[in-house]
Amino acid sequence: MRVTFTVNGERMTADDVWPGESLLYVLRERLGLPGSKNACEQGECGSCTVYLDGVTVCSCMVAAGQCEGREVGTVEGLADDHSEGSERRLCAVQEAFAEAGAVQCGFCTPGLLVQADDLISRTAGAGRGVPEDPEIREALAGNLCRCTGYEKIIDAVRTAARREHEQVGQEAP
Amino acid sequence: MTAVTNQTISQPLDRVDGPAKVTGRARYSAEIPLPGTVHAVLVGAVVPSGRTNTIQTGEAEQVPGVLAVLTHANLPKIAAQPRLFPSLFGHAAVGETFFPMQDDVVHYAGQPVAMVVADTLERAQHAAGLVHVSYHTAPSTTTLEQGRDRAYEPGRIFGGLLPGRMERGDPDSGLAKAPVHIDRTYRFAANHHNPIEPSSTTAVWEDDRLTLYDSTQGITATRLTVAELMGLPSSNVRVLTHYVGGGFGAKAMIWPHVALTAIAARYVGRPVKLALTREQMFSSCGHREEQEQHAVLGAGNEGRVTTLRHHKLSATSPFDDWAEPSLNVAAQAYSYPNYQGSYRLVRTNTMTPTFTRGPGEASGMFALESAMDELAYELGLDPIELRLRNHADADPLTGNPWSSKGLRECYQRGAERFGWRERNPAARSQRDGHWLIGSGTATAGYPVPAFPGLQPQRARARLYADGSAVLQAGTQEFGTGVATAMTQVAADGLGVPLDRVRFDYGDTELPNTAPAVGSAGSGMVSSAVHSAATSLRDQLVAQAVAQAVADSESPLHAADPSTVVVGDGRMMLRDRPETGETYSELLQRNGVEDAEALGSWQPTGMDTGYALTTFGAQFAEVAVDSDLGLVRVRRMVGAFAPGRVLNPKTARSQLMGGMLWGMSQALPEGTQMDSRMGRWANASLGEYLVPVNADAPEVDVEFVEVREDVANPLGVKGVGEIGQIGAAAAIANAVFHATGHRVRELPIRIEHLLRSA
Repeated sequence: MRVTFTVNGERMTADDVWPGESLLYVLRERLGLPGSKNACEQGECGSCTVYLDGVTVCSCMVAAGQCEGREVGTVEGLADDHSEGSERRLCAVQEAFAEAGAVQCGFCTPGLLVQADDLISRTAGAGRGVPEDPEIREALAGNLCRCTGYEKIIDAVRTAARREHEQVGQEAP
Repeated sequence: MTAVTNQTISQPLDRVDGPAKVTGRARYSAEIPLPGTVHAVLVGAVVPSGRTNTIQTGEAEQVPGVLAVLTHANLPKIAAQPRLFPSLFGHAAVGETFFPMQDDVVHYAGQPVAMVVADTLERAQHAAGLVHVSYHTAPSTTTLEQGRDRAYEPGRIFGGLLPGRMERGDPDSGLAKAPVHIDRTYRFAANHHNPIEPSSTTAVWEDDRLTLYDSTQGITATRLTVAELMGLPSSNVRVLTHYVGGGFGAKAMIWPHVALTAIAARYVGRPVKLALTREQMFSSCGHREEQEQHAVLGAGNEGRVTTLRHHKLSATSPFDDWAEPSLNVAAQAYSYPNYQGSYRLVRTNTMTPTFTRGPGEASGMFALESAMDELAYELGLDPIELRLRNHADADPLTGNPWSSKGLRECYQRGAERFGWRERNPAARSQRDGHWLIGSGTATAGYPVPAFPGLQPQRARARLYADGSAVLQAGTQEFGTGVATAMTQVAADGLGVPLDRVRFDYGDTELPNTAPAVGSAGSGMVSSAVHSAATSLRDQLVAQAVAQAVADSESPLHAADPSTVVVGDGRMMLRDRPETGETYSELLQRNGVEDAEALGSWQPTGMDTGYALTTFGAQFAEVAVDSDLGLVRVRRMVGAFAPGRVLNPKTARSQLMGGMLWGMSQALPEGTQMDSRMGRWANASLGEYLVPVNADAPEVDVEFVEVREDVANPLGVKGVGEIGQIGAAAAIANAVFHATGHRVRELPIRIEHLLRSA
């Protein structure tokens, strides 16, 4: 079957998709977007986390056919400007991860970033303030990391949320 | 010797690979876009022992897009079987001396018996499900319990590097004379590394030359191993590895799937990509073996431990004598004059076990440090005080002085940071609602690799006329931060600003360095990079001051090189910094586009007259639910003395991650064997439990500075493993302090503690 959906703001089409093919597979193998990682194949590790119509999902657990006409956001689309040739600016959560030492091998990072971006947009970005540690830990509990011990990830999310919060505060009338 | 004025080493710089990783641009080994790439999928044996009877491939071959179905009947045979030898040594390094699909014998469940290659992954997976294999099943042994009666003492273990038995002093008489004994057995479940990236390989042939993109901790090990297996000149195999999604030992040795991918690619004449599934990761790249350790301490009433007897019984494969070296650091942890250690093995139908983070030390120090805690309670001594009374001022194994130690400071600073002195020593003395609270401590130790026969470490430095520089070494970055730290080492060695230096790595065409294993990566590679960078610097300074050549325009002409300093890419007189010029000016004036130097360093052998070990102290606070036996680790403090820290940000992350591995070893992690089926029962991330963010305690790392002059030129002892060692013991000791119940088995499970509720 043919599946057409929007990925990071761009309309994309994949042909000859099997009914059983996952969204993750289509992103990685057909659309040239391997940022989302394949690590457990069963929705346990969160490495493949993407936005589907603004809600985070494990893309290994979503059939590609279910995405017809919908909007998908991946790690490749988090940066403010991802057009070819322009200088890529990192979004708040990407910047904070890179600074805080929250990135080591980098394989869990794309999924974590999408999940953290979602948390921050629901909290600091919505004027709810910086999330407390238990909320961060719980929100990211579905994203396994074997390298960091999680502490620096929490630091990064706090930092990104604080910056986002300050920005929202400035923008408010 | 020219001095350098800028100093970036020991600065907490951001990772150089951070931007690529946070934007999703980093390409791992299964993500290399090569035209015409096809996909391989392995079919594993479902029985643990016997032979394949029939392998029906017809149905799979009919699937559209399938290019080949390979079995022992049609797979080209390997040219030679390399021996099992730790990859650190720089030779071919198979993880096991068995190569699958050479005949019909099945040694372990999951062993590849067929491989399907198809144009898409989905078709290859589908066809793999249509390969029908029947078996003649033979009786199997898959657990220690089943094979205990057939245990044997190997002459040597660990690729023949370590003796199977060690003794010093008179352990029998030492124990007989000791008034106090602790005599305990400790049991350990098997562990699987589970890096988040499953191992993957992409193989491309061009005539008789092979390029591999492989998720490996050692690109040279991959090159040499695959070359030997396939009968190729080493120079015909190139390995490229720019990003690896974690290793922890799973990618330290070279496992059969790598060469199988290369064989498949040659067979179908297309680039082939193989990515193991998570389930296959449990039977494709080794594991920490199931084991038990019997530790006997003999001590005087004042707490002086005179004797340690430490015996290990563990499971190995049908074909290799492998045991992780659990005894060595425990044997030198304290100043006991009498010691006996031995390994015994049981052959089981599993693949050969392998290095798993803290390989040996993490289990051996659990046994020793649990026993030491029991001894402290037996004698009514503070656990730190007991350890101080047994502090080894020199290495008990050799009598040599330590090159550096810092353990007393680790106890002291860790204890202060943790608040150890405020603790009520009595077990089961503290509550927080229905939680029982306890704290524990343990010593950490990990050897700095120093062996005869390690390969020279090499790097290349090149400086261009525009002032930019490239440092190159054939190392690989799997998350440790080595690329970042080496950029710092390069900048300082050359005396150029950090943003003018790039560090190239991950390609066997670059100068050779050791694999990143055994906490050796930074020490090894930094020595080579430092050597190359300083050689180039000295070469350029020599050119600037040279009297014989006609470059009398050089501001430094005829200066004494020892009076020249370098900083920000400029050479100048120390006393008159206005006299000098930049590297760029020197090269441009002479019409030269670049300058280059090679650096080489021969790693330390065992003949330094010093003992090289990294030490640390671990502290943990736990809360145990008094009704349910649930253990929560509330906080951990680790104080470590790893010598020179090249980048505190990446080093701290390494140590914190290691401490969480210790917590993971203590509580959630363990692979369970279904001995009836002869298969690992929990081969998925849903059932093999690792800590999630919500499980993680507060983790605090303290660096204790020690000056290290023996290990390598920059004094780097390594941070990859030491964070994990002792952490599980500190947690188990804290569980005892909380509950009064001693658990001598890892992982500690709820059922161990239900009766303490």
